[in-house]
Amino acid sequence: MTNMQLNEGLSQISLLVVYGAMAIYTFSFLAFATNLSRLASNKDETRATASGAEKFGTVMLILAGILHGVAVALRGISANRVPWANMYEFTLTGSFIVVAIYLIAMRLKDVRLIATFISGVTLLALGLATSIWYVQVKTLMPALQSYWLVIHVLVAVLATAFFNIAAAFSVVYLLRSANWLTKAKASIFGFARRVIDLFPTSDKLEKLAYRFNIIGFILWSFTLIAGAIWAERAWHRYWGWDTKEVWTFIIWTIYAGYLHANATRGWTGKRSAWLSLVGFVAILFNFTIVNLFFKGLHVYSGLK
Amino acid sequence: MVISSSRSRATETASTEAQSPAIGLLGWARWIWRQLTSMRTALILLLMLAAAAVPGSIYPQRSADPNGVTTFFDNNPDFAKILDSIQMFDVYTSAWFSAIYILLFISLIGCVIPRTFVHARNLREEPVETPTNLRRMPAFLASNASPETVRDSKQLITSAAELLRKQRYRVAVREGSNGETTVSAERGYLRETGNLVFHIALLGVLFAVGIGGGYSYNGQRVVVEGETFVNNLAGYDSFSPGAFFKPEMLTPFSMTLDKFEVQFDLQNRTNIGTPLDFRAYVTSRIQNGDGTTTDKKSVIRVNEPLELPGSHVYLTGNGYAPVITIRDKNGDIAFSGPTEYLPQDKNYTSLGVIKVPDGAGPQFGILSFFYPTQDKLTTGARTSIYPDPLDPLLSMNVYIGDLGLDSGQPKNVFELDISKMKQVAGGKSGVKGLEMVPGQTVKLPKDLGTVTFEGIKRFASLDVSYNPGGIWVLFFALLALAGVTLSLTVPRRRVWVAVRDSELQVAALARGDDPALEKIVAEISAELTGDKSKSSKESDD
Ligand code: HEM
Repeated sequence: MTNMQLNEGLSQISLLVVYGAMAIYTFSFLAFATNLSRLASNKDETRATASGAEKFGTVMLILAGILHGVAVALRGISANRVPWANMYEFTLTGSFIVVAIYLIAMRLKDVRLIATFISGVTLLALGLATSIWYVQVKTLMPALQSYWLVIHVLVAVLATAFFNIAAAFSVVYLLRSANWLTKAKASIFGFARRVIDLFPTSDKLEKLAYRFNIIGFILWSFTLIAGAIWAERAWHRYWGWDTKEVWTFIIWTIYAGYLHANATRGWTGKRSAWLSLVGFVAILFNFTIVNLFFKGLHVYSGLK
Repeated sequence: MVISSSRSRATETASTEAQSPAIGLLGWARWIWRQLTSMRTALILLLMLAAAAVPGSIYPQRSADPNGVTTFFDNNPDFAKILDSIQMFDVYTSAWFSAIYILLFISLIGCVIPRTFVHARNLREEPVETPTNLRRMPAFLASNASPETVRDSKQLITSAAELLRKQRYRVAVREGSNGETTVSAERGYLRETGNLVFHIALLGVLFAVGIGGGYSYNGQRVVVEGETFVNNLAGYDSFSPGAFFKPEMLTPFSMTLDKFEVQFDLQNRTNIGTPLDFRAYVTSRIQNGDGTTTDKKSVIRVNEPLELPGSHVYLTGNGYAPVITIRDKNGDIAFSGPTEYLPQDKNYTSLGVIKVPDGAGPQFGILSFFYPTQDKLTTGARTSIYPDPLDPLLSMNVYIGDLGLDSGQPKNVFELDISKMKQVAGGKSGVKGLEMVPGQTVKLPKDLGTVTFEGIKRFASLDVSYNPGGIWVLFFALLALAGVTLSLTVPRRRVWVAVRDSELQVAALARGDDPALEKIVAEISAELTGDKSKSSKESDD
C-alpha cells in the first residue's frame, strides 16, 4: 500500500453528487411527509390523494439512493481504497446502507411507513457529514492499512444500519402505546394520533424491531470479534479497554440485555422498546461524542 | 413486597417439610439461588455491567493510559483521591465491576446447567401430544376436506407425517384414546443447542481471558538502527508480566534492527507529509533446540507483527537518533553515540537530552532539538516543515551544574532537571544556542569542549508481547458467535395435523419469534389438500 494516489478532482465530483442526492432526498422526505399527513386527514378526498405522494416519494428515494451510491463509489475511487476511514466517510457510506436496506425491505408492506423517517434521517446525516465532518480525501495512516478496515468497519456500519431501522420501529411502538398521547386533548395530538394509527399494530412493530435488532446483534458481535483480532495485529493486544472498545462492549451488553428482556416476563413491550432505544443512543453517542471528544487509540474522525 | 411474600413461602416450606430451623435457611438459600439464576436477574446484571463500564471511558485508566492518570492527579488532586478510593482509575479490575460480572457468570452457570439437562432430555423424547383444541394455537388453518379424505383420514395423516419428515421435523404419529390418529411434529432443536453453546462459550471466553492473561507478558524496547536487542528481562526498557509469568518463559532470541524506513506522502497536495508506511527491517536470531541458531530476515510493519516462537514483535513508534560525539577540552571523548530524540509533532521536530557527567570540566547537560527539514517561523523560532531529513539541523541549549545523577533515584533519560543548573548557551544566557548540520563540529561555551553532529539514524519502538490465551479467546468467541446466530435464526416450532369435525386441521406454535409460522401452516395445508393456490399466496408477516 505504498503507492497511494489520490484523485482530488474525483472527490470534488463525489461531493457534488452528494449535494444532488441531498436535494432529491429532500423531495422524497417532503413527499413521504405529505403522504402521512394526507393519510391522517379527516377528509376522504384528501386521503385519496395520498398514494400519489407515496409513489412520488419512493421514486425520489430510489433516485437519491442511486446518486448516493454513485457518490460513495466515487469517493472510494478517488481515495483508492474503501470509503469508510473517517467520520465523513462512515456517515456517507453508512447512511447509504440504511437506504439500501430500507429499499430492499420495502417489499414488506409494514416497513413502508418509516419511509419519512428513513429519508429524514439520511438527509440529516448527510447534512452533518458535509457541513461539519467533511474532510478532504486522504491516504490511510499505517495503522488503518489493513483488510480488517474493510471487514470490521463495514460490518459495524451494517450493524448500525439495522439497529437504526429497529430503533425507528421502537420509537413508533412507544408512541403507539403512550397513554398520554391517547389521552391528550389538543388537536395537534389528535393529528399525531391519527398518523400513529396508520402504523402497524403494536405487536407487529415489536416484532419488526426485534427482527432488525437480532440481525444487528449478530453483526455487532462479529464487529466486536473482528475488532479484537485487528487490535491484536495493530495494538499488540486483543483487548485493552480503549474507549472505543469500552463502548463497543457497552453497546453489545445493552443489546444482550434487550434480547433477554424479550424473553423475560414483565420486560417485553415498553421496557424492551426502551432498551432498543437506549442501545441505539449508545451507538450514536459512540459515533459522535466518543469519536470527537474522548481520548483513545481510535482517533480516526479525521478532524482535529 | 417481594421479600415478604417469599419469606412466607420460605416459612411454608419449613413448616410443611420439617420442623428443623435449618430448612428455613435452606429455603432461603434456595430462594436466593432461584433469584440469582432468574432471567430477570441476568437481565439486570447485564444492564448493570453496561452501566459500570461507562466510567472507564470517562476517567483515564491506569492500564491503558497511566500518564492520563498522573495528569488527572496533578490537575484535580482532591477529586482524584476520591475517585481513586472507589477505583475509578482501575474500573475493569475494580471490586464492583468484578462483582457484577462474577455474579452474572454464576447466574449463567446456574441457568445453563439445568437447561442443558432439560434440552438433552428433549432431544431424546418424542414431540408432545396433539392438543385437544388446535384452534387455540397461534397459527391455525382448517380446510374443508372432501368426504373421501375424511373417510380415509389415516392416509392423510400418513402423508402429513411423511411431508413433515421430509421437511426435517421430528414426527410422532399417535392414536388417541378415541381412536383418532394425529401427527405432532417439532423442529428447530438447534435453536436451543445454539443458545446453550453460546452461553457456555461465554464461560470459555472468560476463562481463556483470565488464564491467558496470567501467562502473558509484554515489554517495550527502543532500538536504534544497527543495535541488537536480546530477549531477556534486562533487554527491556519496561516490562509487564501476568500473574503466572516466569522469566524462563521468555524464548531466547535476539534481534537486530538493520534499517528503518518511513515513507511520507510527497505527491498528493492535501496529504503532504502524511506517513504512508513504516518498515523495520530486522534480523532475528532464534536458538534451536540443539544449540544451533537460525537467522531470519523479516520486515515488521504497523499491522504486520513478526511472529516468533512464543513472542510477537510489534512496531509501535519511531523517531530520529542523531549520532553525536562530545569531546572535552583535552580532546577526549566524553559522550558518543546515537541518542534517541522524541518526536514532538507530525513533522518530527524532536527533543533530546544529553547528560555529560564525566568530562574534564564541570558536569553539564544539553537540551537539544532536531529539525529534519528546518525552517524559521516569523517569530524567529525554528521548526520542521517536513518529516524526512531533507535539510536537517540540530540545535542545543547547554546547562552547567549538578545533573542530580548521584541521588540514587532513577532519572528519566528524556528529562533534564535544570533546577540546580545554569544555562550557558541559548535562551537568555547571552550566548547563542549551538546549531549544526550533519558533519559539522562546533565549540561548546565555557571551554567545555566540542560537539560533532556525526550523522542521523532512526530508531524503532518495539513491543514484544505474548498471550497464549488469545487463540482460545478467539476460539470461544467464534463458537459463541456461531451459537448465537443459530439461536436467533433457527425457528423452533411445533406442528400438528389432525382430521377433526370433517376438516383437515393444521396448527403450529413457535418458541420465540417466528415470522413464517402462518405461512408454513398454509403451505402444509395446501400440500395435503392438493390446493397449491394457498401456498403461493404471499404472507407479509
Ligand atoms: C454473560 C452473560 C450473558 C450474556 C452476554 C447473554 C446473552 C444472551 C443473548 C445474546 C441471548 C439471545 C440469543 C440466544 O437466544 O441465544 C440470550 C438468550 C438467553 N439467555 Fe442469556 N446471556 C447471559 C447470561 C444469561 C443468564 C445468566 C441466563 C439465565 C438466567 C441466561 C438465559 C438466557 C435464556 C433463557 C435465553 C433465551 C431467550 C429466548 O428464549 O429467546 N442468559 N442471552
